[in-house]
Amino acid sequence: MKKILIAISFLLFSTYANADCNIKSGSINILANDFPALRTLVETAKECKGSADFKVTHSAEHNKIAVPALTANPSEFSVRVAANSSIVPLMNADLIRPMNDLVKKYGKGIQDSQLITIDGKVMAVAFMANTQHLYVRTDVLKENGIAIPKTYEEVVAASEKIRAAGKMKYPYAAAYKAGWNLAEEFVNMYIGHGGEFFKAGTAQPNINNAKGVATLNMLKKLADLSNPDYLTHDSEAIKVEWESGNVAIMTLWASRSGTLLDDEGDAKITAATKLVAPATVGGGNIPAATLWWDGFTLAKNRSDADAEASFRSLAHAASSKEMVAKAADQAVWLVEGFVPGPKSVGVIEAVKMGAKPYPMLPQMGLMHGALGSEIVEFLQGNESAEQALKDVEAAYMTKAKEQGFL
Amino acid sequence: MPNKNFFWFFLPAGLAMILFIGLPIISTGIQSFYAQHDQILINVKKCDPFGCKESVVVDQEATSKIREEKPLGKFNGFKTYIDRNHLATDQVSEFWEESKSFGEFIGKVGNLPFYKALVFTLTYCIIVTPCVLLLGFVIALSLNAISRKIRGPLIFGTILPMIVTPLVGSLVLFWMIDAEGIIGANLQILMDDPYLSVKSSKSLTWITIIIYGIWHHSPFAFVVFYAALQTVPQEPLEASIIDGASRLQRVIHIVLPHIYPVVTFVALISLMDNFRVFEPIIGFSAEGSAQSLSWLIYDNLVNEEVILFGSAAATSIMTIIGISIILAPVLIRTWREFRTNR
Repeated sequence: MKKILIAISFLLFSTYANADCNIKSGSINILANDFPALRTLVETAKECKGSADFKVTHSAEHNKIAVPALTANPSEFSVRVAANSSIVPLMNADLIRPMNDLVKKYGKGIQDSQLITIDGKVMAVAFMANTQHLYVRTDVLKENGIAIPKTYEEVVAASEKIRAAGKMKYPYAAAYKAGWNLAEEFVNMYIGHGGEFFKAGTAQPNINNAKGVATLNMLKKLADLSNPDYLTHDSEAIKVEWESGNVAIMTLWASRSGTLLDDEGDAKITAATKLVAPATVGGGNIPAATLWWDGFTLAKNRSDADAEASFRSLAHAASSKEMVAKAADQAVWLVEGFVPGPKSVGVIEAVKMGAKPYPMLPQMGLMHGALGSEIVEFLQGNESAEQALKDVEAAYMTKAKEQGFL
Repeated sequence: MPNKNFFWFFLPAGLAMILFIGLPIISTGIQSFYAQHDQILINVKKCDPFGCKESVVVDQEATSKIREEKPLGKFNGFKTYIDRNHLATDQVSEFWEESKSFGEFIGKVGNLPFYKALVFTLTYCIIVTPCVLLLGFVIALSLNAISRKIRGPLIFGTILPMIVTPLVGSLVLFWMIDAEGIIGANLQILMDDPYLSVKSSKSLTWITIIIYGIWHHSPFAFVVFYAALQTVPQEPLEASIIDGASRLQRVIHIVLPHIYPVVTFVALISLMDNFRVFEPIIGFSAEGSAQSLSWLIYDNLVNEEVILFGSAAATSIMTIIGISIILAPVLIRTWREFRTNR
């Protein structure tokens, strides 16, 4: 009986949703990353597509497609679901449109805090927050008498203890794959040390300093406690390591917890997995993590009708209380009516501890790219920390000069 | 064939080549001389769910004006070619002055991205090409000698590495060398080192990629050699057997001279292919330890959130020049032979 009631109410709700948007024309084509929360959002947006054409591309390679696809006129996609970092190349090349008028007209359920404004222009509407935080295996920690680590120094000590106990060979894991992932770990750790990437007000790099060296040394210590193949491990790979029971402490995205804690895999490991706050480092009080938002942007090189249709269907999703209630486990939604569950702990703690957002600067992508390739040799033990940082700065400056930032 | 006939036969292919190869190369060449305009940054207030803050963005109004005037960007001449990410002339001369020994100098130069990639590309080329030629030839000889009944299936089995998609082939090996894969785990036991990782060790990664390269390219050499072996005349071979020549002597003095032009051809194609090594680096996720020139181009175009067209174009042009230099001796030799034959 209860099931039938739910089914009926769901039916009622969905017809209501369809009637709500009432989109008559235009076409909607979405480019988005591929993880469960985004799929839910797109499905919710589809509910109210009306008679508009609706297409979606979910791809882990979204970053590589976005700029070329939106540069075309008319552009391939009308909507690009972006984050702090991936919105920057779109803004640098002037590929997305401000949506103040659309927000005013159709954005009734969207909260002000969801709006990403640049100089007063709404460039994106955020719907979820993300960060990287610690995951721990409570059973392993308990067995070895270790408290839940709060700093990376404690993570190192705990991992060493677990290894010494002969319990696990590689007790720690983080996405250290050379390239974007490794650079992201550096960014987190450097911010945790209180570092600034650029000299104030300029695009001059500022990482070859004591904080940079401390960051690299901490990364190396953690890498030595990880699976020796760490330079090829991305978030998906360490998730698999965790599910095979090879890891006791891990730094991973909050958005990955959904598939990590699903019914697939060893129930014992899932039961003992606990999500905790991100760690601090080097005696700092802000976490060694960056805050991220995911939001949707509208392509500039697309007709106004398409932009309007796209905005209306996505605004429906980005303000849907039903969606956040139904998918409360999948993400930390920024939408009104979201009640945080146990899987939101990481992000909420990070915000409470005063974590900084990932720097949304035009030249940050170049710095990120330089970090991803130039610090590898240090981790392999072929280079000193100072030399690696010097290389990063030199590689960054060459690229920044070519791009006209210096 | 009269020249006129040749011209008409060649015309469609020639046109396609100009359109799809010639013009893009010219356009790449032009792009390599340009860099982005100076970015005009302005300070604005940025707000997101985590708060507001003053920070810089690119001033679109001002930028779009400059872009309309000069869509190609700022003329940069050869500056992209000599910057640190390419030939790094300034850095190299600086290293030359401050280095105490030649070894130190080489070490410092090898740390620059372009030279790092060049060293790997050349090492790969120099080791893989002869190995492919030798292995291909040995397989062709042995298959040519066995009974016709089982030759068919054996030939099929031999060309399998070429049929398997490069990325799939490298992924299979990638999983085998994983710290928990069959090769990786056994190596750990064999070397008695639980922290040994093929994937994170630079030299082991190089060896893996080179072995993969030989495995993947040998069938090509084999197929061509095998076809060439079918054309070796039987009379001189029989005559030499009567004269008491050993098998090795027959191969060296009769078979090899006969198929020599084919060997040159295979060497040429292999060199060219190997100089552009790329897929195994992606397949093995070996970006950290091994970078090739082709990978540098890829990195500039897709790995950064900002696309570096000038940088990628400059590397492309230098790769083309590199291939020409490597092929030059073989080409000159072929040309000379062609002249003397006439």
